Amino acid sequence: MDALSHIWQPVLLTVELAAVTTACLLVVATPLAWWLARSKSWWKEGVAAVVSLPLVLPPTVLGFYLLIVLGPAGPGGAVASLWGARTLAFTFTGLVIGSMVASTPFVVQPIRNSFAAMGDRPLEVAATLRASPTRAFWAVALPLASPGLLTGAVLGFAHTIGEFGVVLMIGGSIPGRTRVMSTAIFDFVETMQWREANILAGGMVVFAFTVILSMTLIEKRFTRARA
Amino acid sequence: MRGDIRVAFRGSLGDFRLDAEFKAPASGVTAIFGPSGCGKTTVLRCIAGLLRFSDGLCDVDGDVWQGSGGVFLPTYKRPLGYVFQEASLFLHLSVRQNLLFGAPRRRAAGHKQAIAFDEVTELLGVAPLLDRSPRNLSGGERQRVAIGRALMSQPKLLLMDEPLSALDRNIKNEILPFLERLRDRVALPILYVTHDIGEVDRLADHIVLMRKGRVVAEGPLAMIESDPSLPMGRTRDAAVGLVGRVESYDREYGLLAVAVRGGRFLVPAPEDPVGARRHIRVVAADISLTRERPGASSILNVLPARILSHGIVEANEIVVSIGLGRDGDGDRLLARLTRKSWQGLGLADGLFVYAQVKAVALVPGRGEPPPSSP
Repeated sequence: MDALSHIWQPVLLTVELAAVTTACLLVVATPLAWWLARSKSWWKEGVAAVVSLPLVLPPTVLGFYLLIVLGPAGPGGAVASLWGARTLAFTFTGLVIGSMVASTPFVVQPIRNSFAAMGDRPLEVAATLRASPTRAFWAVALPLASPGLLTGAVLGFAHTIGEFGVVLMIGGSIPGRTRVMSTAIFDFVETMQWREANILAGGMVVFAFTVILSMTLIEKRFTRARA
Repeated sequence: MRGDIRVAFRGSLGDFRLDAEFKAPASGVTAIFGPSGCGKTTVLRCIAGLLRFSDGLCDVDGDVWQGSGGVFLPTYKRPLGYVFQEASLFLHLSVRQNLLFGAPRRRAAGHKQAIAFDEVTELLGVAPLLDRSPRNLSGGERQRVAIGRALMSQPKLLLMDEPLSALDRNIKNEILPFLERLRDRVALPILYVTHDIGEVDRLADHIVLMRKGRVVAEGPLAMIESDPSLPMGRTRDAAVGLVGRVESYDREYGLLAVAVRGGRFLVPAPEDPVGARRHIRVVAADISLTRERPGASSILNVLPARILSHGIVEANEIVVSIGLGRDGDGDRLLARLTRKSWQGLGLADGLFVYAQVKAVALVPGRGEPPPSSP
């Protein structure tokens, strides 16, 4: 029983983290992707580059800055003090924020692409049919971008589950609070618990395979539906 | 609807300069006609508010959509319908949902819809398609749904941007009767952008002629078509459309007598009831002029007329505007002659002549309300 909770606790926490992160990311990334796809301002490519930074930066660099921002001396500490805590680092909330930063490019990019691919026409049509910009966004742009939203959500979810460096830096792998699958495997290996490491690692391989396969199949279906 | 639609837009779009101003009646079909690249679509987009020139005016029957002092109504607040060149249906919605997308949602008491759903589906023949996805429709069906969708938003002005030009010849001919029914059945002013004179002839009452971002002429179709100083009359296939009434029918020879102002034409055609309105069309190159009544001839239609004005088209050809009747105050036609004939006959403005018309065509779909099913 104890050995099982050992393994299941990180799995449940990982799924919870990935789900919360993905949900929050969709809320943040969709308007950002909309702006990146439609704005004509000259500095939007600068913003796009910043959003893409996590793709190339080592997780340690991200983790380092996140530690400073979330720590007692940073804005994260100020926010934490609202409910009497000292810091956001080494907490679940901190993990969600860190995972969001690390996964943003994977969610923003496909959504931005599908907003850009639909062009101006559907929105112009909506406007000539008395749809306010808000209604045009909800009733036309979002449904038409749904393949991109789905891709973004799956990628964001999968990438959050696969994140290791950032999570280790700002979470510290505290059992039950911040120990997720990737860090749990690391701990199991360090303490020579090969059986547990094996189960988790094998599970992640199966998961990753399933995600990539289903993504490809979804993509295929949408392309066929559009043709 | 008795007022006018007045528009004026000035500005640049890259290299293109638009300086267009015209007035159209707030009823019937006004064609905005010109070669591609002359700015017709740009004008239509300005009227819809999809494009904004700061120097612009748009007044639709007293409602100012754009005007002085920075007045600019966003597109979604303008009571218009817009039919794009490509149907641009919403692919994530069914045909029915597409049709209802712009329909006013509160159908409360006192809010009567001028254009009812059943009427639109019947008018455009889309009733059997309602539960299908736009993905599975043919090009012609899609464009009909797009027109219905625009109508269902209860517009006060319908803007159509070359709605047929993306379709092939057969489908065009399949949709034109629907447009004619629309014109005859729905009391709605339509601005119709096209570069196809055939569509102008079948649909328009009024025309705005554009060239290189400017309006070169505007007015009732027959007047603009028959003006030898305007580009329309100078083309090789120039023709004039006239509206007349059926006077009688000669069953033995299958000839319809159609009376126009100042004259009468015999047209080979199926029988039509006496008094019916018919639209006929005479090509300028099919008219020759003589100074004396010709003797025995195979040409059926010889009408007295007077030369009103003329224009030299090329070094060797002349386009002549003639008014039918002894005084030339009837309907106007265009005749295309060689300069040699003009000089050899001693023709001049104001002269009385006989117009020999080699061919007269009935324009389909004009006149009486067409049958109610396609």
